[in-house]
Amino acid sequence: MNTIPTDIDAQPNRFGLPADAAAWLAVGVIMVVTLALRGQHAWLINYPKEWVIPVADWVNVFMAWFIEAFRWLFRAMSWLISWPMEAIRITLQWLPWSATISVIVTVAYIAGGWRLALFSALALFYMVVVGYWPESVATLSLVAMSVPLSLCLGLFVGIAAFTWRSVDRVVQPTLDLMQTFPTFAYLIPILFLFGFGPVVGLIASAIYAAPPMVRNVILGLQRVAPEIIESGQMSGTNSRQLLWLVRIPSAMPTIMIGVNQTIMAALSMVIIASVIGSSADIGWEVLSMMRKALFGQSFLAGIVIALLAMVMDRISRELAHRGPVDHDAQASWLTRYRYLVIAIGAGVGFVVLAQFFPALGAYPKEWTFYPAEQLNQGVNYVIREYGSTLDAIKNNTLFYFLLPVRVGLENTVKPFTWGFDLTSTFIAFYAAGVALAAVLAGWQWNWRASVVVIILGLIYYYGTNGIPWAAFIAMTVVLAYQVGGWQTGLLALLGFGFILTTGTWVPAMRSVYLCGAAVLISFIGGSALGVWAARSDRVSAFLRPINDTLQTMPLFVFLIPVIMFFQVGDFPALLAIIMYAIVPAIRYTEHGIRSIPAHIVEAARAQGCTKRQILWNVQLPLALPEIMMGLNQTIMFGMAMLVVAALVGTKGLGQAVYLALNTGNVGEGFIAGMSMALIAMIADRITQAWSSQKKAELGL
Amino acid sequence: MTQTEQSSQDVKLSCRHLWKVYGENPKQFFSNGATTKEDREKIYARMLETSHIGAACDVSFDVHVSEIFVIMGLSGSGKSTVVRCLSRLVEPTVGEVLFDNIDLLKVSENELIDMRRHKMGMVFQNFGLLPHQTVLENVAFPLRVQGTSKAKRNQRAREMIELVGLQGREHAFPRELSGGQQQRVGIARSLAVEPEVWFLDEPFSALDPLIRRQMQDEFLRLQKMLHKTIVFITHDFLEALRVADRIAIMKEGEVVQIGTPADVVMRPADAYVTEFTKDVPRVKVIKVEDFMRPPAEGLSESAAISGDTTLEELLPRLAKSAGPVAVSNGAQVIGQVTAQDVVTALASAETGDTAGS
Ligand SMILES: Nc1ncnc2c1ncn2[C@@H]1O[C@H](COP(=O)(O)OP(=O)(O)O)[C@@H](O)[C@H]1O
Ligand SMILES: [Mg+2]
Repeated sequence: MNTIPTDIDAQPNRFGLPADAAAWLAVGVIMVVTLALRGQHAWLINYPKEWVIPVADWVNVFMAWFIEAFRWLFRAMSWLISWPMEAIRITLQWLPWSATISVIVTVAYIAGGWRLALFSALALFYMVVVGYWPESVATLSLVAMSVPLSLCLGLFVGIAAFTWRSVDRVVQPTLDLMQTFPTFAYLIPILFLFGFGPVVGLIASAIYAAPPMVRNVILGLQRVAPEIIESGQMSGTNSRQLLWLVRIPSAMPTIMIGVNQTIMAALSMVIIASVIGSSADIGWEVLSMMRKALFGQSFLAGIVIALLAMVMDRISRELAHRGPVDHDAQASWLTRYRYLVIAIGAGVGFVVLAQFFPALGAYPKEWTFYPAEQLNQGVNYVIREYGSTLDAIKNNTLFYFLLPVRVGLENTVKPFTWGFDLTSTFIAFYAAGVALAAVLAGWQWNWRASVVVIILGLIYYYGTNGIPWAAFIAMTVVLAYQVGGWQTGLLALLGFGFILTTGTWVPAMRSVYLCGAAVLISFIGGSALGVWAARSDRVSAFLRPINDTLQTMPLFVFLIPVIMFFQVGDFPALLAIIMYAIVPAIRYTEHGIRSIPAHIVEAARAQGCTKRQILWNVQLPLALPEIMMGLNQTIMFGMAMLVVAALVGTKGLGQAVYLALNTGNVGEGFIAGMSMALIAMIADRITQAWSSQKKAELGL
Repeated sequence: MTQTEQSSQDVKLSCRHLWKVYGENPKQFFSNGATTKEDREKIYARMLETSHIGAACDVSFDVHVSEIFVIMGLSGSGKSTVVRCLSRLVEPTVGEVLFDNIDLLKVSENELIDMRRHKMGMVFQNFGLLPHQTVLENVAFPLRVQGTSKAKRNQRAREMIELVGLQGREHAFPRELSGGQQQRVGIARSLAVEPEVWFLDEPFSALDPLIRRQMQDEFLRLQKMLHKTIVFITHDFLEALRVADRIAIMKEGEVVQIGTPADVVMRPADAYVTEFTKDVPRVKVIKVEDFMRPPAEGLSESAAISGDTTLEELLPRLAKSAGPVAVSNGAQVIGQVTAQDVVTALASAETGDTAGS
């Protein structure tokens, strides 16, 4: 069921070629010419330093002036915020662990019943037992402070954007940018403005976590049924009453989803912000242990983060699902507020008890169970026993996949790696193979498929590093234009133009390579798993909790296991990105296939299609728009993880941002962060447009 | 002498040359004042060209005190638009809406809110209940926004809930109620402020046929007690006949006929209306007051019937009595009917029908 695209604008021109094929031909010409001339003209590969526009310097000059002028303001704000923050931190740290846990467990019970209460109790008790309670509380207090800030910010921006179109026009692109702007890059200007200290993490996470709230507030308000609003108006509400008594409460279910997402984002950012090392929280613990190569220790601390994330996610999600409850006016005060009474009672009770049993206040050191050494020995044992296997996996991936994608076959094929030299016979065979594959693809699908095969073949041979920038830009712009129209084409042109002229081309390509490689694997693997899950309820039920958990994990956590077994470099980074980015590929594929109307599949079966035929000819084509959205999300997740992967020593934009953070270079950080955001946005627009194009073709 | 005619002087609510046009620039069609019949045709043509939608086109009618005025029409004919113009939920493009002879389109935002708080109530097709509030809170909501104290508004809300027969469900949430029960809440809420004018936009259309029937009876029972001025929207002709004092029939934004149920059935204005009336049993529509004659002297009042008795209800009575049956308005005899009158009325209804089509 290869739907032949019916392009209206594919008018043949005077060479008898459709316009879009002609565009690709032009790309091919640019590619061939630039590749042929790269020997004589190095600038075709390496954009010359002299041509770089010093945007970074301008930003630095501006920032220097800005900070000089407004430092007092931000320092004053920082000082103001530090008071309640310290108050919360000191209170939480003063409270006996038993009291804090009992209060949280009560909340968990209200939200999700016994099972959630038990899970929360065990999770929190783990933190106490391994001796990370003080660090956990430090993280908790930052989150507890940043979430309300974020929610207020999100609520009011959301309401303003909903109410005034002009605000909305500013807010929407800002949200897009914020969502693609790398997490570390947020920290740099905040660090400068607010000064070193835990306040930075707080403010960064308050800002970083606001967008999901803004989006859900706008969405929720837009979705309130018109009749509900009209009934409010007919009840005689003025505009303020209409907003606060009718619109917002009716939008609450959607807003609560925003609250959940905001809490998770705040936690994630608090953890990430610990790289600046200004707070003795759990993120810092993981990071410093990782830096000392104490993997067992960082693993134990990483579990704390994972558990914190799971507890917060489950509780806030369950609270979001809980409908409104009626406070029956007849009921006594005690029954109405029984949970509050229980929570306070338990809290106060444990505070009093802790005076008599100090172990309930500060968990005794002797009682801690901290199996870091055992873990390290375990890991060492695995590495000793299976080291060669692990090395083989790593080296094969490096030599046959990662290196060629980065520097191309022409620089990879050596006796040391592939076992032989790059001979002209090999090149000829390779070229013939690619040509054959292109012809087959063209015969099976259409000429577009051939173009894709040729491009992949070229990238594998020359590497993302060796493709001349002009050819790369031409390729992306033509793709963007054909899929998403002139706006997307222009975005691609300006975006890559910015990256090129600000001198970040090389690290940008390094990021494209690593992210691209990870996305490719995640997408293929994830879609396959998604197909499997769509066809088997058992697989689906098995994958769902894993996906849920992976998706709520703060990004840091993914680094720990890969670093334990593979140390630093591109390969562990690749694994970490895949672990995170595979989730949307699985989810969207499964959802896409499962939401195909049953009667279509039944009709195909009635016509005598085999299961395989149904999959390839009915289910996959119909689910394609959804699968493309999965690809979109896979790319977005991959880009997000890429920045964090800089911590395991990858090179590229993520590293540039991280370096800028360490050296305090706002300009460099801005350029690198912006480049990353631009790549993400371009990829986002192209895949989205592609998805909706396919959707339109299918008439969905 | 019927209710309608008695109160014809007391117009509660009326609209004059009301237009609501949706599109880029709806005002453009009305730049030069009045809209006569000829203008209308021109305006339609220009609206079509510029892809504007005339949801309500030159609509005029009066609603009298204590009358049930029904607007009937197919889906998309502009009923909801008209009723929303009457309460200014939708801002009309041009025209007048007179509420107690005040031009509603000229009052300020605050005055409008005040009128909605005290003089209007509305019931919606999909109930429009606040999902986060209990039945009690929903019903008390219009009082709450006026600033009525909690004790007072809850007491009033409980009365209303009792009135619609939902006592015991005060603390339920809308999602826990059936459709019929939800609409009862909607009705109770719309009556909580003792409105003078009651708008109902397809109140029973979302309900199952059996429940719908039951709710119509309930509605008529309420109106017997409350005597509200009512604008009732429906797309169901039989429902319109059941509840209406007068019916306005709409088609593509225009009102094509206004009249009593018997008028509409017996003298349809055009083929469109005739189409609706085709399958309507005449005996269910024609009422005694439509054809009775002045009473003879000395007619016994004891077995009198009321003027709004339908033929269907009259026939068994006639079968029992030998002579004419007296018609009374409750205080005195106002007319009489005989079996012969009934036959004449039915015969003329049929010819009227043939003439109409
Ligand atoms: N907000 C709007 N924008 C554009 N067209 C509208 C809008 N509301 C209603 N219409 C159009 O006006 C016409 C009348 O709608 P409506 O009054 O809802 O009809 P009814 O209630 O009789 O079904 C319909 O053709 C509808 O499409
Ligand atoms: Mg309607």
